[in-house]
Amino acid sequence: MTPTTGEGAIGLRGASIGYGDVPIVREVDLAVAPGEAVAVLGSNGSGKTTLARGLLGLATVLAGEVTVLGAPVGRLRERGRVGYVPQRHTVSGAAPATVREVVSVGRLARLGLFRRLGAADRRAVADAVAAVGMGDRMEDPVASLSGGQQRRVLVARALAAEPELLIMDEPTAGVDAASQEALAGVLARVSAAGTTLLVVTHEAGPLAGVLHRAVVVESGLITYDGPLAGAQAEPGGGHHHHEDAGQPPGRPGYRLDQPTVTPPSARPRTAGA
Amino acid sequence: MDILDYAFMQRALLASLMVGLVAPAVGIFLVQRRLSLLGDGLGHVALTGVAVGILTSTAPVGTALVAAVLGAVLIELVRARGRTSGDVALAVLFYGGIAGGVVLLSLAPQGQATNLDAYLFGAITTTSGSDVAVFAVIAVVVLVVVGLLGQRLYAVSDDEEYARAVGLPVLRLNIVLAALVASTVVLSMRVVGLLLISALMIVPCAVAQLVARSFRQTVLLGCAIGLVVSLSGTATSYYTGTPSGGTIVLLAIALFLVVSLAVAVHETTARRRHRRRADVHGAHPHEHGQDCGHPPVPHGDHVDYDHDGHRHAPHRTGSGVHYDEHGEHAVPAPPRSTP
Repeated sequence: MTPTTGEGAIGLRGASIGYGDVPIVREVDLAVAPGEAVAVLGSNGSGKTTLARGLLGLATVLAGEVTVLGAPVGRLRERGRVGYVPQRHTVSGAAPATVREVVSVGRLARLGLFRRLGAADRRAVADAVAAVGMGDRMEDPVASLSGGQQRRVLVARALAAEPELLIMDEPTAGVDAASQEALAGVLARVSAAGTTLLVVTHEAGPLAGVLHRAVVVESGLITYDGPLAGAQAEPGGGHHHHEDAGQPPGRPGYRLDQPTVTPPSARPRTAGA
Repeated sequence: MDILDYAFMQRALLASLMVGLVAPAVGIFLVQRRLSLLGDGLGHVALTGVAVGILTSTAPVGTALVAAVLGAVLIELVRARGRTSGDVALAVLFYGGIAGGVVLLSLAPQGQATNLDAYLFGAITTTSGSDVAVFAVIAVVVLVVVGLLGQRLYAVSDDEEYARAVGLPVLRLNIVLAALVASTVVLSMRVVGLLLISALMIVPCAVAQLVARSFRQTVLLGCAIGLVVSLSGTATSYYTGTPSGGTIVLLAIALFLVVSLAVAVHETTARRRHRRRADVHGAHPHEHGQDCGHPPVPHGDHVDYDHDGHRHAPHRTGSGVHYDEHGEHAVPAPPRSTP
């Protein structure tokens, strides 16, 4: 199977992605060129995370074709070229680990099964930790860091691989304003260096200066693909209305008939009076 | 040291030295993976191997090794395949292992040495010379594999999903880890016992992670603790006549309780000290600056302010400024800022 997207960073053609045999993302087309910085927007349950996980081999491609860095996703031999920041607030392990130890893991995938971290690898780890502004915490246990700082450690772990494609899942959720600013700065530098960015988020606002293109996922379909500003202006742009997560499949109703989803706060005109 | 005059005690102490060192070095990855009971299950499976060895008059250590490693590989394959049936499949395998072992042992002809207690809970008199040789080989192989693959095993145990996403061979590494656990279980079957080895894999690591700051420290400290409790437990059992496995594990648990208590006391004291300081801060809130009376202290890329013997680092956020404590790094969870 030859990749049809050539040297594109990401290519989906009629791709259905899901778990078991249940598709969550359905027959989606998407092409991302190297160096692009793309936001994947959508409410909870829209399928935006599943789309990203499909690119990482963590969700199953059930139909169609998914290519990452020019290779079919299932056979990507050099996953070390992809960086991943999972949707997590904290570093998980039960045993203590230092910032250096956690970030070093990001380097391992490039080294095969037995090679040890060399001087260049250790330098890349130090650079990645410095890039997220944690250089002075290198030997501190990650458990002693705040949630936002642990998030930055996970970003550093992905950066340590010097990835060509960086996929992040909700990097700004639950992170304080200062850490969000720091993250935006880091991503701006990474993007300027030519790394392709794909950021799954329900609010692109904090990263608006970095991400230029937006893809909106609703009910497993891509409903918008264009400049980020356009997606944010639309009601379906995903950064409002996350309380609508539980609505049934199909077109979100709130675009057509506003009253059905009037926020509770705006409602009790009659009831309260 | 009359304890060393007996050849059986020399062999028992050698075996406990090896298992004490090796068990935590493998167990730490199970702790990290939150799969602490895998060793226990593989101990069950190994019992069937022991029974087969006794029935066929081959060395039970060898047959136990084969059974435990096969069981370990099977478990990882089951875990990798189905998620829903995995838990039940493990239970079937584990209890099938111990049931098979008990039934097969009962079939052994009269007069055969089938002391079940010794296999399950450890005994100091049972280690043979050839056992020590096999154990030495197992110990060296396990330590070499951990040395070679430790960082990958850490990566997979710490965050399996991330490891998979970046292309580490997760299934193969998990199988290697399970085989290491199986080997360690067999290494333990004389002195510690198949039902108690899991404790020697887990408890020394649990003690170590109370005080260590890094994963590396946790491993080294865990191994040292394992070595000490294993040797001292074996020696104690010589004097008290108690089963060595149970004695070793009780010592380890006692150590865990003492260290937990010490850490809790230390943290309470640190918190109280911090609260006292917070009261001082509450009494005169101001933004530190050039003329606030607190001497500035350069610290890396920013300036701290010396505040009655500890240092404040201004931390500006969207909602104003607060001060992080930068004078103290010894407390495990550094106190959050004070307003």
